This record gives sequence, structure tokens and C-alpha cells, in this order.
Amino acid sequence: MPHHVLTYLEESFRKYPNRIALADAKTSLTYAQVHAYVTSFGSGIHRRIGGEGRPVAVCLRHNVYDVLAFFSVAYSGNFYVPVDTALPADRIGQMMETIAPAAVLAGEGTRVPDTVPAELVWRQEDWACDAPLPEAPWKRAKDTDVLYVIFTSGSTGVPKGVAVAHRSVIDMAEQFCAVFGFPENAVFGNQAPFDFDVSVKDIYLSLKVGGRLEILEKKLFSFPKLLIERLNERQVDTVIWAVPALKIMSALDAFAAEKPLYLRDIMFSGEVMPPKTLAYWQEKIPDARYVNLYGPTEITCNCTYYIVEADRNPEENLPIGTAFPNCSVFLLEGDEPVAEGESGEICVAGSCLALGYYNAQEQTDAAFVQNPLRKCLRETIYRTGDIGRVCDGKLLYMGRRDAQIKHMGHRIELSEIELCANTAEGVSVSACVYDADVPRIVLFYQGSAEEKAVFAHLRGKLPKYMLPAAVEKRENFPQTRTGKIDRKALFASLVHKEN
Amino acid sequence: MEKLLEILEDCCPDVDFAAEKNLIDNGILESLDIVMIVNELAQQYDVRIGVENLVPENFNSAEAILALLERLQGEE
Repeated sequence: MPHHVLTYLEESFRKYPNRIALADAKTSLTYAQVHAYVTSFGSGIHRRIGGEGRPVAVCLRHNVYDVLAFFSVAYSGNFYVPVDTALPADRIGQMMETIAPAAVLAGEGTRVPDTVPAELVWRQEDWACDAPLPEAPWKRAKDTDVLYVIFTSGSTGVPKGVAVAHRSVIDMAEQFCAVFGFPENAVFGNQAPFDFDVSVKDIYLSLKVGGRLEILEKKLFSFPKLLIERLNERQVDTVIWAVPALKIMSALDAFAAEKPLYLRDIMFSGEVMPPKTLAYWQEKIPDARYVNLYGPTEITCNCTYYIVEADRNPEENLPIGTAFPNCSVFLLEGDEPVAEGESGEICVAGSCLALGYYNAQEQTDAAFVQNPLRKCLRETIYRTGDIGRVCDGKLLYMGRRDAQIKHMGHRIELSEIELCANTAEGVSVSACVYDADVPRIVLFYQGSAEEKAVFAHLRGKLPKYMLPAAVEKRENFPQTRTGKIDRKALFASLVHKEN
Repeated sequence: MEKLLEILEDCCPDVDFAAEKNLIDNGILESLDIVMIVNELAQQYDVRIGVENLVPENFNSAEAILALLERLQGEE
């Protein structure tokens, strides 16, 4: 097994030097060009800051230069930290304080916030052609060295920097290829911004197989006509997208006229896939393989997968499936294993585990803990905070642990009520909140269904103690920056209304 | 126009629709905003905005959106 991700670049460069490796709307580069650029720029970085595993922030533009910068930083023996400079200045300030970068790479057109010391900033013009070093610094690296730090929004409001080693990314790439068998010329259509770990799959899977990474700019996802044109023009056959991106396409009836013609693999993760969105895609693009992926950033992309079966009941919610090879996924209730069929916290062990949260020992220790089932040796597991249950040998996602409530003496997963409501005719999406003061459960939904009909549907499927006291139709749900339902805002709207 | 501005501002309260003429090209409206606006307009104006009309030119300004709506209503 390789011990550094650039082994993949070297291999693909050797096999397919003239094949396009990286492309965006304006630029396309062959493996030979990428290799030359990375060798030169990586040498330049090493000359300026050494190769002792220091953090280098990369201000993102979502184009080929972001990826070149990532590889070059890895080449130099350091690690990269992708930064979306459109984030609020305070948040960027927190991130910079946490990582204390040795350099900040900022291309043309990126706005670098004032919180970043000017002497650290390298503008694109400075990424000049350095002569390659006689020996590539990364050849001396080991697979437990950090490759990147990606920030995730902590529930506390302070972003946490998840530090991931080469070993974990290589493990992800090897297992994905073993399970899904991507062809050597696969074309990956990248939707996820590079500061989301969904994009790690696009970057390193295409690099490993020797395929092409097609970077699809954000604007395309507002205008399906343009997106479909691009997908077809570039013959994109593999997409690994966040669920909201697929939802947008069904919400806009994107495939009413033209359709993507080459899609063979359609994989998705990030939140629960609504059955109606999946049904829309399957109706329009029936021959593709659909895969539901699950996993938090802390375990490097995904730890379970479910290949959608042709004969499954479309009314039922999708399982998150089974664990990838070389990874164990199990359920704990406190420090005890759960009984068969019971729900518990999803826990993960294996090479996929991140090294921890950068510069945050306390938070690392709280989330990356000793496996309570191993009494005699050290084994670190990651406790996801997600609740799962095994049904027919497949893992089901039951929501967040902190969305678990105690109502009338019963432990209830609010998400279970939502999942049930989503299967009702005329409900496109739903969200439950718990009003502990009353106490009562309130369900909000979007769609054409009447409130009474939704309630009747729930009554037919859920035990009485899980039934919401009120069902409310909403035109729109408040959303967070990443396109998820903003439950806090929903709850606030409820409280507001009562007053 | 006033009704339209009101609807748009309900969808995205932080955007100045009266002043901004490059909503798309300047990256002010994102895909989730577009979904919301398209749904809202479909209900309020009883029009269907199909994929063929979902192009940046039709959404760069309130004027452009109004022109699209008038065109769609004229077709019916």
C-alpha cells in the first residue's frame, strides 16, 4: 500500500501522462502538467517553509488551482487547510488562530481577510516556477503524517479542525475502489466545495484510478440547463454529491427536457435522502447505480455504504448499509453493546479515523476514545453522536443523539417521526422539534399534503406517544449555510408564534 | 414591481433586490435561493418556470425576473 497520496499522482502520471487529470470551466491540465506544476511549486514551498509538517492555508476558488495547491503542499512535506474566504471574518479568524499557518496561499481574485498577517500571504503571481528539488521531500514522509485539516462546525459554535493523515485517505481510496470498481478512465463531477470532506473522494479517487476530476462551479447548480450541458459535454460518469445538490435538481424538475447522458454512478451523503428525491432521479436516470454513503469528517468521508437495490420498497427510508472493508462500525449504549435490533450510538474504529482535532486536545479526547469493549489493549474509536439500528443486517440511521428526547416517559428519536412523515403522500420534507416546556412534539413539513392527512399517515404508523401534538405546513424551511434545515430557527419561529 | 420585490425580499431578506443588477454573476444568489424563489413565484404568479427559462440572464436582477414573469404570463 502506498504511504503518501502523491504515489497515486506518480502512478497515474507514469501510465497516462497525456490524459486530462484536472479540469474546470476554463482550464484543463494533463497528468504531465499537473506533475510538473506540483514538483515545481512543491519545491518552492519547501524552500520557503521547510517540510516539517507545518500548516498551509489555501484560500479557495473552487478551480484547478486549489487542487494543485493541495498537492504542492503535500509534496513539500507539509499539510493543507482549505479556507472558504466568503465565510464571516470572525470565523476565519478562529480558524487561523487554531492552525497558526506557516503560509496562506491566495490566488487571483481571492479576498484575504484582514485577520491574516500580510507577510504570510502568497499571491498567485508568487507561485512562480521553482526548480525542482533534487529529492522530492514527500518521499521521506510516513503514512501517519497529516495530509489536511478540514474545519467542521462544532455544535458549540467554535469550528473544529479535523486532522486527517495520508493513511486514512489512502484507506478510503483503496476501499472505495475495491467495493465500487471505478474504471481507470472514470470522470468525476465534483460538486462539493473543497472545504467539505465530500470533495476528498472526488480528488483522490480520480487521482488513484487515473481518471479526470471535473470541477463543477457552484453557479451550475442554480441552472440545471447549464449543469446538464457541462456534464454531457465533459462526459461526466461519476458523481459523489451532497444530498442537497440532488434535492435541488428534483425541486427544479431539472431533467424535464434534457438529461445527463453518461452518469453511471450516483452517490450521495451528508444528510438523509428523501425518498421522493431518489424516486425522481431513478425515474429520469434509471440505469445508474445509486449509492447511499454515511460518515462524518472524523472518519474520513464514509464508513458505511448501501447500494440501492432495484426491488426495494421506495416508500421505505434508505439504510446506510454495511461497513466498508478495513473498518468496524458498531453500536454502543453508553459503554455497552446494544442488544440485537436495539438502537445505539454509531461508533467507528479503523485506519479511517482522523488523528483528532487540531490544537484541541480536550475536544479530541472527548470524541476519540478508548473502545470500552477492549479491556487489554489500546484501541481508539470515534463516537459519532449519531444513533443507528440494525435491521435485516443493514444499518439504519436514526438521527442525532442530541435529537433524542424523553417524552411521556419514552425515549424518542425525533428523526424517526420525520422519516415516517417523509413517506406520506405530498410531503417533500419534514422537521420535528420538541417543545419541552409544554411538553409537546411539533412537526413541520413542506409539500402539497393537508395537515390532517399527514397526521392520519403518522397515526397509522407510529406508536401513540410519538405522535406530534401539532402538524404545521410551511412554505419554506429556514436553512443553514450548508443547506441543511435550521432546526433552531424553526423552533424559534414556533416560540415566536405562541407569543 | 413592488409585489415582486416584496416576494423576493421575503425569500432572501439580506439581498437588496432593488439595487443589485448582478445577482447571479456576483454570486449573491445561490442554488437554494433560486429553488426558493422559483417555488414562490410559481405560487404567487401561477406560472411554471421550466428548465429552459432557468438561465442566469433571467435572474440577474429584479427587472429581468419581472420580464420573465410577464413573458410567461403572456404565453398562457
